[in-house]
Amino acid sequence: MVSYFLRRLFSVAVILFFVSFLTFVIFFQLSPDPAVMICGKTCTPERIEQIREQLGVNQPFLTQFFTFLGGIFAGRSYGAGEAAIHCAAPCLGFSFQTSQSVMDMIVSRLPVSITIAAGAAVLWLLIGVSAGLISAIKSGTWWDKGAMMFALGGISLPNYFIALVLQYVLVVQLQILPFPSTPDFAEDPLFWFQSYIMPWSVLAFGYASMYARLTRANVLDTLGENFMRTARAKGLPPLLVLRRHALRPSLTPIVTLFGMDFAGLLGGALITETVFGLNGVGKLAADSIGKNDQPVIMGVTLMAALFVVVANVVVDLLYAFLDPRVRIKA
Amino acid sequence: MTTTPTQLAVAAEEKGSPLNGGGPTSARRVIHTMRRSPAVLFSAGFIVLIALMAIFAPLLVQLSGWGPYEYDANAVNPDLGGLPHGSLGGIGADHWLGVEPQSGRDIFARIAYGGRVSLSIAVSATLLTTFIGVVLGTVAGFFGGVADQIISRLMDFLMAFPSLIFMIALLSALPAGNRPVLLVLVLSVFGWPYMARVIRGQSMSIKNREFVEAAYASGASKLQIVFREVLPNLTGTIIVMCTLSVPGYIGTEAGLSFLGVGVTPPTASWGQMIAAAVPWYATDPMFFMVPGTFLFLTVLSFTVFGDHLSKAIDTGEAR
Repeated sequence: MVSYFLRRLFSVAVILFFVSFLTFVIFFQLSPDPAVMICGKTCTPERIEQIREQLGVNQPFLTQFFTFLGGIFAGRSYGAGEAAIHCAAPCLGFSFQTSQSVMDMIVSRLPVSITIAAGAAVLWLLIGVSAGLISAIKSGTWWDKGAMMFALGGISLPNYFIALVLQYVLVVQLQILPFPSTPDFAEDPLFWFQSYIMPWSVLAFGYASMYARLTRANVLDTLGENFMRTARAKGLPPLLVLRRHALRPSLTPIVTLFGMDFAGLLGGALITETVFGLNGVGKLAADSIGKNDQPVIMGVTLMAALFVVVANVVVDLLYAFLDPRVRIKA
Repeated sequence: MTTTPTQLAVAAEEKGSPLNGGGPTSARRVIHTMRRSPAVLFSAGFIVLIALMAIFAPLLVQLSGWGPYEYDANAVNPDLGGLPHGSLGGIGADHWLGVEPQSGRDIFARIAYGGRVSLSIAVSATLLTTFIGVVLGTVAGFFGGVADQIISRLMDFLMAFPSLIFMIALLSALPAGNRPVLLVLVLSVFGWPYMARVIRGQSMSIKNREFVEAAYASGASKLQIVFREVLPNLTGTIIVMCTLSVPGYIGTEAGLSFLGVGVTPPTASWGQMIAAAVPWYATDPMFFMVPGTFLFLTVLSFTVFGDHLSKAIDTGEAR
C-alpha cells in the first residue's frame, strides 16, 4: 500500500512537470514577446531590452524554465541589485496587466470558485445519483423514461444557453431572483443563496444528467450479476439486497468521476463564471486570455492541473478503500 | 421496488452479454431494430436536415435573399439602439429567423453558414481522433509490450490534463492562422485517448479469442490478423464511439467559440453567435434562442441516435 502510494506520488510529480513544461513552451515561446506588450506604444528598443532583462526572458529557454520552477518551490527575484522585486515561495510571477502577484490573484478568487463548485456538486450528486438509482430500480416505467429524457436534455443543452434562458426568464421577466453576484454569506445568507442558486443549478444540470445516466447503467449492470440472484435467492428483502449488495459496486465508479469533475471545477467553472460575471478563477482565466496576460493564464492552468492530478490520486486511494479487489492488486 | 427475476433476465440479456469486443452484428439487423424506433427516425431526420442545410447553405441563402455578411440597415431600429424592427427579433418573410441587432445581418444565413463550420469541425475532429485512436489503440492492445507502455502513459497524461482550460490557453496563444483547422487539431489532441482506451481494451480481449488462435495456426501473419480478425470485430464499437463523439465535439467547439477562442468573426459558428447575443439577451432574446435551439437540437439528435445505435449494436463497453 505504501509503495503504491509513493509510486502514485511520483507519477503526480512527473505529470505536473510535463504540464508545466508544455504550458511554458506555449506561453513563453509561441506567444508574442511580453516585453513589447508591457512596454506599450511609447517604447524604445533600450526599454524593451531593459524589461527583458528584468523578466529574465533574455535567458536561454531552459534556464528560464528552471528559474520558473525554482520560483514555485523557493521563490525568486526579478531584476538585480536595488531594483530587484522578490516573489515569495509559491511564486507564479506577476501579471503583465496589473503587476499583481499571480498567486495572490488566484488565491483571492478561489473562494468564489469553491463556493460555486461545492454548491453545484451537492445538487448534482443528490439529484443525479438518486434519479439514476430510481430509474434503474423502476426500469422501464414512466418514471424511468421521464428521468432519462430529462437527462438527455441535460447533456445536450450547452450550459451557457441554459444560463441565458434562466437569467432571461427568472431575473429579467419574472424578477424572482437577483442578478447573480458573489456576496458574503455572513452578511445576508438569504441573498447569498439567491445569488448563487442560478449558477449552481446551471452547472449542476449537465453533471446531474450525466451522473443519472451513469448510475442507471451501473445499477442495471450490477442487478444482472449472479451474486444478486444469490442474494435474492437467500430470501433477502429487495431493499436490503439493493442496499447491501447493489449499491457499492455500482457507485464506486461514480466516486472516481466525481473526484475528477469536482477538482476540474475548482480550477474555475470557466463558462458559468463568465456568463454570470462571477469573479472566480475561471473568470480570471477568461479575462486574462482576452488580455493576453500570459503569467496569469499559465498560473491558472498549472493550478487547475494540480487540482486534477491530486484528485486523481485521492480518488485512487479512496477506490482502494471502497473496492477490495483493487486493494489486493495494489 | 420489486425486481422480478424475469425482468433481470431481460436486463441481463440486454446489458450483460459478454461480447468483449462487439461481435460482428449484421448491419441489416441493426438497421431493422433502429427503424422501429420513432426517436431514431426523428433524430436521423433532423441530422440529415441540418447536414443538407449546411451543404446547400449558399443555395439556401440565395433563396432567402440575404447573405451571412450582408448588413440590412432597414431591418433594425436605430432609435432603439439597433434592435430589430418587428416582434420576435425581426422574424418575417424577409428574414426567416430574424436579424442581428445593430448590424441587421440575417440570422438564417448565419445559422446555415455557422452550421457548416460547426459540423465540419466536429466531423473532421471525429475522423481524426478515430484514426489516431484506432491506430494507437490497436497497436497498444494487440502488440502490447513497450509500445503499450508508451501509448498508455501518453493517454494517462493527456486524460489527467485539465483539457478545457488547456485548449483555451493553447488556442489563445497560437497565432490566428486558420482557426477551424487549429480547432480540429486541438480537439483531436485531447480527444483521441478516449477512443484509444476503449479500442485498446477490446483488442486486448479479442487477441485471446479462439478465432485469432485459429488464424495463427493457419499461418496468418500479425498484420493479416489485425486487419482481418481484430479490426472487423471492432467496427461496431468504432461506429458507436464516432456517433457519440460528434455531439461532444459540436458542443466543445461551440463552447470554445463562445469563450472567444474558437472561430473568429465575421465567420459564423453557433457558439460564437450565442456569445455575440449575450449583451442583448434581455432586450432581444430571440438572438440567443435561435442559435441555442439549433445547437441543442443537433447535439440532442446525435446523442439519441448514438444511444440507440449503441443499444442496437450492443458493444458492451462503449456506452
